[in-house]
Amino acid sequence: MPRWHERFVALFCALALLLAAGTSVSAQSYDEALAKFATDSYADTDAGITGVATSGNPLAAQVIEALQDGRLLFSADDKKVFIRDRSGAILDASTGKAAAAAPANLKPVRVNNRLRRSIEAALGGLTLLSPDPGKRYEAAQAVFKSKDPAALPALDTAIGRETDARVKRALQEARAAVILTMPDTKEPDKVAAIGVIRDRGDQDSRGLLAALPGNQTEGVQRVAAEAISAMDNRLAAWNVAQNLWYGLSLGSVLLLAAIGLAITFGVMGVINMAHGEMVMLGAYTTFVVQEIIRTSFPWLFDYSLAIAIPLAFLVAALVGMAIERGVIRFLYGRPLETLLATWGISLILQQAVRTSFGPTNREVGAPNFMSGAFQLGGLTITWNRLWIIVFAGLIFAALLAALRYTSLGLQMRAVTQNRRMASSMGIHTGRIDALTFALGSGIAGLAGVALSQIDNVSPNLGQSYIIDSFLVVVFGGVGNLWGTLVGALSLGVANKFLEPYAGAVLGKILLLVLVILFIQKRPRGLFALKGRAVEA
Amino acid sequence: MITRRLLEAPDGRGWVFLTIVLGAAVLVPILHLVVPASSPFHISTSVMALWGKYLCYALLALSLDLVWGYCGILSLGHGAFFALGGYAMGMYLMRQIGTRGVYAHPILPDFMVFLNYKELPWFWYGFDWFAFALAMVFLVPGALAFVFGWFAFRSRVTGVYLSIITQALTYALMLGFFRNNFGFGGNNGLTDFKDILGFNIQSPQTRAVLFSLSAIALALGYLIARAVVQSKAGKVLIAIRDAESRTRFIGYRVENYKTFVFTLSACMAGLAGALYVPQVGIINPSEFTPANSIEMVIWVAVGGRGTLVGAALGAVLVNYAKSTFTTGLLAPYWLFALGALFVFVTIFLPKGIMGLLPQRAARSGADGAPATGRAAQPAE
Repeated sequence: MPRWHERFVALFCALALLLAAGTSVSAQSYDEALAKFATDSYADTDAGITGVATSGNPLAAQVIEALQDGRLLFSADDKKVFIRDRSGAILDASTGKAAAAAPANLKPVRVNNRLRRSIEAALGGLTLLSPDPGKRYEAAQAVFKSKDPAALPALDTAIGRETDARVKRALQEARAAVILTMPDTKEPDKVAAIGVIRDRGDQDSRGLLAALPGNQTEGVQRVAAEAISAMDNRLAAWNVAQNLWYGLSLGSVLLLAAIGLAITFGVMGVINMAHGEMVMLGAYTTFVVQEIIRTSFPWLFDYSLAIAIPLAFLVAALVGMAIERGVIRFLYGRPLETLLATWGISLILQQAVRTSFGPTNREVGAPNFMSGAFQLGGLTITWNRLWIIVFAGLIFAALLAALRYTSLGLQMRAVTQNRRMASSMGIHTGRIDALTFALGSGIAGLAGVALSQIDNVSPNLGQSYIIDSFLVVVFGGVGNLWGTLVGALSLGVANKFLEPYAGAVLGKILLLVLVILFIQKRPRGLFALKGRAVEA
Repeated sequence: MITRRLLEAPDGRGWVFLTIVLGAAVLVPILHLVVPASSPFHISTSVMALWGKYLCYALLALSLDLVWGYCGILSLGHGAFFALGGYAMGMYLMRQIGTRGVYAHPILPDFMVFLNYKELPWFWYGFDWFAFALAMVFLVPGALAFVFGWFAFRSRVTGVYLSIITQALTYALMLGFFRNNFGFGGNNGLTDFKDILGFNIQSPQTRAVLFSLSAIALALGYLIARAVVQSKAGKVLIAIRDAESRTRFIGYRVENYKTFVFTLSACMAGLAGALYVPQVGIINPSEFTPANSIEMVIWVAVGGRGTLVGAALGAVLVNYAKSTFTTGLLAPYWLFALGALFVFVTIFLPKGIMGLLPQRAARSGADGAPATGRAAQPAE
């Protein structure tokens, strides 16, 4: 009986061994490759990377990523390798489970630049088959750049399996890049590859074609040259589109900053040098709202801007109304004095913010829907810029509607056109002045919310926009919101088109000079008000 | 004839002002150089340098008052003329360093060696020569003001529009001068000066002479400005300030008068800058910042616009306050004070400090401080 029992155990063991043998080829090679990481030599590590990458083990990607981030540890004594995951826990690299007892003397596996390249190539190959389409896409891009012939089999498999059209195209482009750079490819294959790369058409693919070795056959050379010129044309077109987009983005920022000024300066004729500070107050309101949310209500973070928008409007509008009632009211009809007094106010506001928040830049975070970017053809469009353009458009439309359809707007226009007549008709002109100024300031506050997303929130924030905003209003024509729109967009676009030729600073100078010359030609701006009111 | 014109110009207050300024031009160097340091009457180098700086500011304020107080042109870009004059002088002083710079290059100033210039830019030629530099001190700001004024006044850009484009002008110049490849030392500007006309710029004697020269320049500037506003042309300027269209309809070429006074004022500002640079030992693009130019306007407003003497007084007072404020415990509150000053003066003291003094009954209508308030606006 006991003997039988022993036999049974032996049989069981043999069976277990047999079963294990089926999977053990890869397990063995994986473990062998893993052991190479523990020798602390660059050559062995390199071999280890290749070994792990080709083992097909599901842990392979995790191990190599850990190696890349310096989280792959080894113990020199018992030749074992461990992964420290992102939470700091130590995993056994051969099983992927938490290590029971991690040795004390763990050291990270060292990498050098050559190894980093192998790591990237290996990761590219590994993640080509990842279940996440985003990762596959990135892997395809990585192969496109590395042009590693070793990735060709993996690419072919991946192309065969791929269902996502975008990823499939990226994979095919990567394959074309690999094929094109392999020395023994036949001419028809090369021509086909050039076709694929030509369709991709970005700066990298142009570089790839331009860098083709000179020993190509005539046919390949001709096709490549054609592809390059076609791509150049397309790149130039995208470049124009890019400049337009940047210009539009800058224009929308200028519009936001200038539109409040168009109300106070354009409609009321009041020079408000503290306008920039209203923008700054809006930005700081956003900062304060986010701070409160961060410390007390973290789940509200994505709504922080939505909360900040009305608050910024209110804060800036109240400060604006206080300025109008406290100072500007006494200076109507004396524009130069108004300019000086509001400049004084702007100094006070800046210093007040500097003493309460410190002179350094404050960080305002972006909610989820505003971070990141997406590709549109050859354009990279960041969400925050897009939202700011939308925001500027909405504010512009809302303001137009408010002036056109509300009774406040009607009274505002009446006071602008003929103050004494409006007063005779029973309009409280003083109240309207205060409200108009509050509206203009409030809109500056809204601009501050938007600018906090793309600019440094510092006490000097407003200063950097005030001259530009005045130029926009003066260029567009005083007293005309459409003029402000056209002025802002054309200045923004002109700025971005001048920049590549003249550099950022010189472009700005050129633009200033152009605007100055333009004002000489048309002293009242693009869309000038005509008639007697102009001289008053 | 011209001398007589100049000497007839000042009124009673003007003579008091001239006596004080010229007295300082003589007394301060004596108190600095001759009176021993132990004496309570001795004036230290730092105090003299500080007051020399104030005198330059006073001349600058005077030039601004000439255009703003008497012609109604609120220039927010006078800092540009001041800085250009300063740069012209700075370039001369740079050339005087010769091989004593850190890199000891035989031709190029230090910053050019540092920025990899191969040869001297063409616009630096001639600055070895003091007379040329001195001419440039007047010509560069004057030419800029003339061209700018020619275009602006001809197309009848007035009021706040003019203010804003003068501000844009100095802003554009600031951006340019901050660039390293503009050829003026980028954001470090020009500094490390050694000597002027062969005299060591650090020596007490040179400093005393520079102080006297500043005082004399201020007195001369005052006499010239006063002669201009007392002349027939000055009456036209005041007429333009108070009712531009009417003056034009009467038949005066308004733009010519404006261009003339604007150019003259820019030359005075350039001279102020040229005297300022050797005394403070540095010129850099921050002089072009629009904020600086607006601050100058408040000096004039504090003293009283359209009074000349008041402008100089305002410049000295505000800058004295600034020096005292910004060196003590109150430093963080200086901007509050300055801002409040802007608001207070424009609302409660539209005629400045000079407006507080008893008015001379007879002539106040003709050349006193401009009337302010809605009622004074011409009905055009």
